[in-house]
Amino acid sequence: MGLKLKEQAIDRKEKRRIRSINFIFVVVLITTAVYSICVGKYPVSAIESIQIILANIFGFSGNWEPITESVVMELRLTRTVSAILVGASLAISGAAYQGIFRNPLVSPDLLGVSSGACIGAAMAILMTLPAAYIQFFAFCGGLLAVSITLLIPRMIKSDSNLMLVLSGIIVGGLMTSIMGFIKYTADPDTQLAAITFWQLGSLSYIKMTSVLSVFPAIVLSAVVLIAMSWWIDIVSLGEKEAQTLGANVKVIVYVTIACSTLLTASSVCIAGTIGWVGLVIPHMGRLIAGPDNTKLLPAAGLIGAIFILLVDTAARTIGSAELPLSILTGIIGAPFFAWLLYKQRMRLQ
Amino acid sequence: MIYQVKNLFFKYPAQGRSILQDASFTLQAGEIITILGPNGAGKSTLLNCLANLLKPLRGEILLCGRKMCEMSAKEVASCISYVQQTHIPTFAYTVLNYVIMGRAPKIGMFRKPKAQDEQAACEALDLLGIAHLADKPYTEISGGERQQATIARAIVQEPKVILFDEPTSHLDYGNQYRILVMIKNMQKQGYSIIITTHNPDHAILLGGKTAILDREGQLDVGKSSDLITEERLRKLYNTDLKLLPVQEVSRMVCVQPSLFRDP
Repeated sequence: MGLKLKEQAIDRKEKRRIRSINFIFVVVLITTAVYSICVGKYPVSAIESIQIILANIFGFSGNWEPITESVVMELRLTRTVSAILVGASLAISGAAYQGIFRNPLVSPDLLGVSSGACIGAAMAILMTLPAAYIQFFAFCGGLLAVSITLLIPRMIKSDSNLMLVLSGIIVGGLMTSIMGFIKYTADPDTQLAAITFWQLGSLSYIKMTSVLSVFPAIVLSAVVLIAMSWWIDIVSLGEKEAQTLGANVKVIVYVTIACSTLLTASSVCIAGTIGWVGLVIPHMGRLIAGPDNTKLLPAAGLIGAIFILLVDTAARTIGSAELPLSILTGIIGAPFFAWLLYKQRMRLQ
Repeated sequence: MIYQVKNLFFKYPAQGRSILQDASFTLQAGEIITILGPNGAGKSTLLNCLANLLKPLRGEILLCGRKMCEMSAKEVASCISYVQQTHIPTFAYTVLNYVIMGRAPKIGMFRKPKAQDEQAACEALDLLGIAHLADKPYTEISGGERQQATIARAIVQEPKVILFDEPTSHLDYGNQYRILVMIKNMQKQGYSIIITTHNPDHAILLGGKTAILDREGQLDVGKSSDLITEERLRKLYNTDLKLLPVQEVSRMVCVQPSLFRDP
């Protein structure tokens, strides 16, 4: 009896720890968001920017210059919101993919989802389709790519972690070629630069309308994944074991893949492909919040949002010209992942 | 009546040999069946069929009077716990959270375990004497402890029957014995049990019924004391062995005479 009470005390302490971690992340996220709205070529003070945002929400007016209001509301707020959405989407989908494939090495990039979505969107751009189609094409491209990646290990009847990674490399290579072909056929004066810039990830041309168009898909997928997160834990034990525990494995796997792909595709739609986030942030989340997906998914979402917000703010303030996001995420993400591998000494079979 | 298995046939598509040929048996509440058989005879395959993981080619399995092939994974899981050979999962869940996963059949698709599920898991850990492992990562405990944690998870599933697939493999001599004691105790508490093992002594120790599955897919089921004979075991394992009564422990013991007399 004594032991039992002690265990529960430990567990309650753990819950309190997770709650305070999430609280700290939220505070950091809000601070970063305010900071990112204030800095730039046209600096705005923190108090003024908060006043402007509140004024727009509650519909009162103040004595600031119109240009300040337009910088805060039209440029920076849109960008901040989209950075948060993109970071959270990539991190949550990465964590969910890793759980469902019980493979800490997969990510939206490695499974080919990002590049597939990128090709889908690029094709929609080439065909000069309206914005709604770009999102649909991106989702279909991502889903197609992840299906091929999953099909290859199945065809050679291997479910090892290594085979899935190799298959991801094969699909990645294929996608790079297709992307090369698309760029080759694109109009060098108008489309090529846009596609290239977008392939490296950027939020510089973001518009509130496009953010709003992906917003429902992102929120819905994230909510479904977080609601299902405990069952992702169960499936991560292995499909057979999950089935003997009464899990409807197929439904859980398919819903998770669909939601994660939708998250990635939505983020590709508004920001292009941004590497490393979906791989590194879930690992960082696991270090801080532990391996349980119930705790990991929200934590990873918050960390991802903070990370992309910082990276995007840096991208537009560091130099005279804007840097593509993938350049910065790669420079930060790759060494960080090497450090994580060293720290966790992951067992890889 | 827990299990009623009628005329089961099973064959893997890629293999010529039948794994199960017309296998039939019944398992009553509180009964124990130990399945013996040589390597590759299909003991695990039989368990996988009984756990609804594999579909038999022909024949029927009734679980608590219902056709198992018509039951959902959830319905099967609230009746059967399956302790498979343990493996190390990718992610380092704590032992407590690993055991809580046994509550899955009682938890809805978009729900998470509640305080009462955690309570049940703590009680199971206490019962098996591994409460001190609760917040250790499941990936970092020993093989014997992992086996115990998996049994704890089987208990919180609150099943009628528990299937064990070679629970004593990979365990040292003492741990093998402790796991057998644990299984026997669970039978006394009213669980029905089906277990596979490579060691005929385990079948003798556990008592109850024994099932012998040979390489031809023939399954014989009977009282352990009747079915386990020297001649039968010699033929089954294709080796010389002796079944001797040992007075000091007042039971039969299966031993190998020497290493220099291969048949």
